[in-house]
Amino acid sequence: MSAKQRKWIFQILPYSILALIGVCFLLPLLWVLVASVDTNAMQSLKTPTHLTGNNYVDVLTNKDNQRAFLIGLFMSGGQAVLVVILGLLAAYPLSRYQLKYKKPFMLTILFMTSLPITAVMVPVYQLFLSLKLYNNIFGVILFFVASAMPYGIWMLKNFMDSVPSELEEAAWIDGASVFVGIRKVVAPLMIPGICTVAIFTFSGSWGNFFVPYILLQSPENFPASLKIYQFFGQYGMADYGKLAAFSVMYAIPSVMLYILSQRFMSKGFGMQGGMKG
Amino acid sequence: MSSLAVQGMEKRRKTWTWVYFLLPSVAIMLVFFIYPILLTVFYSFTNLALTGEAAKDLQFVGLDNYTRMFEDPTVRTSIWNTLVFLIGSAVIGQQVLGFLIALFMKHRNKWFRRVIGTIVLAGWVTPEIVCALCLYSFFGDEGTLNAILQSFGMSEVTWLYTVPMITIILANIWHGTAFSMLVFQAALDDVPSEIEEAAIVDGASKWQVLMRVTIPYIKETITTNMMLVTLQTLGVFGLIYAMTGGGPGTSTTTLPIFMYNQAFVNYQLGYGTAISLLLLFIGIILSLFYIRSMKE
Repeated sequence: MSAKQRKWIFQILPYSILALIGVCFLLPLLWVLVASVDTNAMQSLKTPTHLTGNNYVDVLTNKDNQRAFLIGLFMSGGQAVLVVILGLLAAYPLSRYQLKYKKPFMLTILFMTSLPITAVMVPVYQLFLSLKLYNNIFGVILFFVASAMPYGIWMLKNFMDSVPSELEEAAWIDGASVFVGIRKVVAPLMIPGICTVAIFTFSGSWGNFFVPYILLQSPENFPASLKIYQFFGQYGMADYGKLAAFSVMYAIPSVMLYILSQRFMSKGFGMQGGMKG
Repeated sequence: MSSLAVQGMEKRRKTWTWVYFLLPSVAIMLVFFIYPILLTVFYSFTNLALTGEAAKDLQFVGLDNYTRMFEDPTVRTSIWNTLVFLIGSAVIGQQVLGFLIALFMKHRNKWFRRVIGTIVLAGWVTPEIVCALCLYSFFGDEGTLNAILQSFGMSEVTWLYTVPMITIILANIWHGTAFSMLVFQAALDDVPSEIEEAAIVDGASKWQVLMRVTIPYIKETITTNMMLVTLQTLGVFGLIYAMTGGGPGTSTTTLPIFMYNQAFVNYQLGYGTAISLLLLFIGIILSLFYIRSMKE
């Protein structure tokens, strides 16, 4: 093999390996997209018999599905709002005050961001039974808030650190209270940070299956993540087209929010902040 | 006057007002996060059950759940399965594949990077239940993979029955690799090109540059990423549950699936929490390592 040939191979090799990886990643995804517009979708990827939007229409016009989507939006939206508000409040003294136990507190928070939630679900279930929160949508929101709180506090505290305190002091001189200072001066300057936290919390719970699966019982309380699982079991084998359409609809908010989050994450993707996927 | 106002604020912010700010979030974490962890420890020493006598009359059973756990062959199988799943999909799969993609993408055509990056990211952004569905249909008896094999004249394989562990490992790689890819892309961009070039000038081969310069330079990122990815994988439930349900038999029963089955299928909550505690214990050890790596 001549040196020229070798050089050529080294040029082309990374491209072919990447292309192969790309195809492997693409095929399962392509199936769900194609099957969702196929009148006669099968388990394997194939060219559609006829293109149709009926799968989407059927899924969207179903009252139960609409309900599941709304519940999902309500749960994840409610969680995101609460995490941001409570997180901002908690971040304020952690960022601005000289507190004695700040460092161990922040380390505990960081520690909590990485604990597997799965491991506490059995006692949480028992706790929900005794607090009469079992099968209650608001109960699930509270648990979601608690589980995302460490991440929210950690991120918002770091974002708040970068807002200079002089601006706030100027507002105080003009007679603003501490709360008004946070609301009118600090929070507006943290919009990218707030959006990042809101988006990551929202998509985290929107895609979460285990927590609502344990804490909710009646189908009329199911968010989209559970509805789709139920759908999988009931009609999955018979109607791949509708199942695929439902899946695409359900995945859309996560995809949109991810794209949106890219606009706010100016620094790109770093390890700082203990991001959770 | 104005400086007095600031001083007043300064004074107030140094006293006990911080309690109000922290109270709501700390309270909610205490009730729904810390307390359940303590409950895990407590319940694991009881015979707590959903039905039958034990449901009415909670009793301490000492270490019974633990001795039972260590005698239960399914626990051993689950621990083994969890290890195989962790090493296969997180430590090797996502890390190595994510690193390779990031490495190969460096200095490539921008357009090409974009396309491949987007495809890999799509698997990450997709919710886990949808991932389970996509990969279930890919590996299904009449799925895409068998259709491809058939078109090459090869015989079909019942992937989900003959090699279920491999299918869930690949599914988790599909779902998670983008995270490691992004982390390593950022890390590789931070490696100063001068030191790599200097090594090449000194006569090092590309392989030597990678092993002796690039990898040592991003060593800390590798450790931190490893902890995070392992922690995420440790808690994976929905993906496995929807694809194989832990079966066939117990061949894909990892600790979270086993915990779920004991607590909610067999109604043995006490025993279920003993298994949770094992899971939590592994998680705590990994988290401590993770924090240590972040502190440096």
